[in-house]
Amino acid sequence: MSSWLDYTINGLIVGNVYALVAVGLALIFGVSRLINFAQGSIYLVGAYIGWVAVVQLHTPLPLTIIVVAVAAAIVGLIIERFGLRPLQNSVRIAPLLATIGISFVLDQLVMLTFSPNPRALPSQLPDVRFQVGGGTIGPLDLLIAGVGLTSALLLFVFLRYSKLGWAVRAASQDRDAAMQMGVDVNRVNQAVFGIAAALGGVSGMLVGMYYNQIDTAMSLQATLKGVVAEVVGGAGNVPGAVIGSLLLGLVESYGVAVFGTSYRNLFAFLLLVVVLVLRPNGLFASARQAPPEPLTGTFIAPSRPVRIPRWALLVAAAIFAILPLFPVSFYVLQTLINAWLLGMLALSLTLVAGSVGQVSLGHAALLAIGAYTSALLSLNFSVPVGFAIICGGLMSAALGTALISPSFRLRGHYVSIATLAIGEIVSLVILNWESVTRGPIGISGIPPLSLFGYDLISPNSIYWFSFVVMVVLALLQGRLLGSHLGRSFRAIRDDDIAARAYGLSLNRYKSLAFIFGGFAAGVSGGIAAHLYSYINHETFNTQQSILALTVVILGGLGNVVGAIVGAVALVGLPEVFRIAAEYRILIYGIVLLLLVRFRPQGLLGTM
Amino acid sequence: MTDKASEPLLALSNVNTFYGQAQVHFDLSITVGRGHIVCLLGGNASGKSTTMKIILGLVKPRSGDVTFDGASLLGLTTPQIVRRGIASVPEARRLFADMSVRENILMGAFVRNDRDTVAQDLDKMLTLFPKLGQRLSQRAGSLSGGEQQMVAMARALMSRPRMIVMDEPTMGLSPLYVDRVLELIRTINQEGVSVFMVEQNASLALEIAHEAYVLQTGKIVLSGPARALKDDPRVRDAYLGGSEAA
Repeated sequence: MSSWLDYTINGLIVGNVYALVAVGLALIFGVSRLINFAQGSIYLVGAYIGWVAVVQLHTPLPLTIIVVAVAAAIVGLIIERFGLRPLQNSVRIAPLLATIGISFVLDQLVMLTFSPNPRALPSQLPDVRFQVGGGTIGPLDLLIAGVGLTSALLLFVFLRYSKLGWAVRAASQDRDAAMQMGVDVNRVNQAVFGIAAALGGVSGMLVGMYYNQIDTAMSLQATLKGVVAEVVGGAGNVPGAVIGSLLLGLVESYGVAVFGTSYRNLFAFLLLVVVLVLRPNGLFASARQAPPEPLTGTFIAPSRPVRIPRWALLVAAAIFAILPLFPVSFYVLQTLINAWLLGMLALSLTLVAGSVGQVSLGHAALLAIGAYTSALLSLNFSVPVGFAIICGGLMSAALGTALISPSFRLRGHYVSIATLAIGEIVSLVILNWESVTRGPIGISGIPPLSLFGYDLISPNSIYWFSFVVMVVLALLQGRLLGSHLGRSFRAIRDDDIAARAYGLSLNRYKSLAFIFGGFAAGVSGGIAAHLYSYINHETFNTQQSILALTVVILGGLGNVVGAIVGAVALVGLPEVFRIAAEYRILIYGIVLLLLVRFRPQGLLGTM
Repeated sequence: MTDKASEPLLALSNVNTFYGQAQVHFDLSITVGRGHIVCLLGGNASGKSTTMKIILGLVKPRSGDVTFDGASLLGLTTPQIVRRGIASVPEARRLFADMSVRENILMGAFVRNDRDTVAQDLDKMLTLFPKLGQRLSQRAGSLSGGEQQMVAMARALMSRPRMIVMDEPTMGLSPLYVDRVLELIRTINQEGVSVFMVEQNASLALEIAHEAYVLQTGKIVLSGPARALKDDPRVRDAYLGGSEAA
């Protein structure tokens, strides 16, 4: 039985680790108004470099820390120089998307180099515990606390007394004015990325030692926790990030004490959503502080969409419709079925992210809601599958919109963070609500697709079913965008203040978009559930959300035909080139990076 | 050999600037003589602030040239241009709101490496702007508009510039501070610093300027010695946007 003091110590130690990540995020946000989603990947890289140093090179602890800090800093500098600097003059959300791409690439490179299996990272410290009051504390706890405090002190001295530190502070308060004082903002960015990466890398190493285990799943978790801590403390606020981290550590630790380990992350994300909704500028932002720049959340690169003549679309649709009549392999049909399912998700996301400008990073949650609803209805209540799928779509529409509605007043990066958090929350609720969702065991034996009593088991019938559903959804969405609703959506995307000034109710239109989009995604999830016959809380994960985002950017944001073309391209091309599965995520990351850099308007252009 | 003293310090020649498709400047040519105060007048959306940005390298023209002391500024970044000796007092002052007044003023000396003389210059600023003495450790964002303007000017002077460019230095100030600011500009100028200022308030600017240019929708429609322009009815017409008035 651990004491409360133990939970407090644990919370503060974990908080210290988060702080090392969050401070870096805050520095970067301060200078470039960017939430660096690659921060967790640097943390991952730090952990593995630590492993190499300790296990293979047998370096003593102080040297290990230095090696990790330097190597991670170099990674940070490379990211800044080649990943982000070229995007300086592009739309605001472009660097954010680039950091997502970079994190995919880094994580996959680590996975390919070291295999996805967890490894043990020994701490090199004696395994003793000291009694402190009613709790205990070990040397590693003290080391983590020491590294945290030392870093905070060094950072304070740097910002307060060094010339470069002054430049960092000036640039974070007014970038243009700092340039007019002669501050080279590129150098400031470099410094900030180097520092952030060094801290993040050391943090990853310490966590690896703390749990004596490292694996590639650490990356996303670290990014999410760091972002939570940073936003709680107030984006860009360095001391705020430290306090936010300690708070997050304590909230999690006490949450675990009361409810159990699987609730740890749920508390983190609930804290984030509550802070975002009530105090989007963070707990410590005072009223005088101007709200962060209007990061209007659009990634709409101005472009002229490629006009595809109606007859060409009809011909293409006809070819795909009669495809199963020809002797094509099961493998081709299977691939295309996956493309149609992804296409439905992409339709949903291109509406929300492209037409209305709310870049969602948690779209997989809508799939999950649809899939679970449909699976449970058909299993527990023997609802016919066709009807259950529609119910899944409706449930996704209703629940998805209800969940996202508190963040309707957020903009830009904050929408992305909120949707990411909501996506995680949905997955965690599924994990923990065992009486309904069967928790970590998942749902198996989901009945196969059927329509009006006829089972759709042959590949041809599944193909036709998913194709027709997707085409119907696409036609509906085309109608929707062609009406005055489409115009209102784009008005909100391009300038929500002006749209409001003209009497558009933002909440109503955003709700409409999420209802329609939620339905399409829910239907896609529902079909997938009956197709896979087994789902669990990880079937629809953040990777899918990002894949969907890559698809819609590839097709051209807001572009209905583009969403489908993008889905076919991203699902189909790896198959055509027979790229091994473990390289696919890497490829998706690279595609996302290249698109953001060279063709932000996508293949068919934004609309 | 040409006499360097007779060459202009700053010259914009035939500058054409675009924001996307929209042309902001049409063959803009402006010169600032050594030791002179030159002001650029114009109404809203005439391209005044963009002219400032062109000089500072924040915006690059599509064609034309900008030279400072005979050398082109076009290939340089803003920090490099600042190092050549151009300081700025940006529109709406743009202080570093969360830094102290002292830190703000010292930020102006960012390009200098001579610590001792920087400290002397800080003292000199406090004699030039005596009010700032009591405010040194205060957050810059907490000062009044007029005081902030003083900080912005002190900050600009700290780099020991050869020229200061100012974007609407009197905007939003109380009448008392407007006079004070104009007087200070004159003082700064008498110490040998050339001044290029962008203003909406023509009558005030013409009080202290040597030469003036009137900009209307991206074109210079009038220019000459300030004294001559002061009573020129066409200056007023240019403001009111009379189509062929100029």
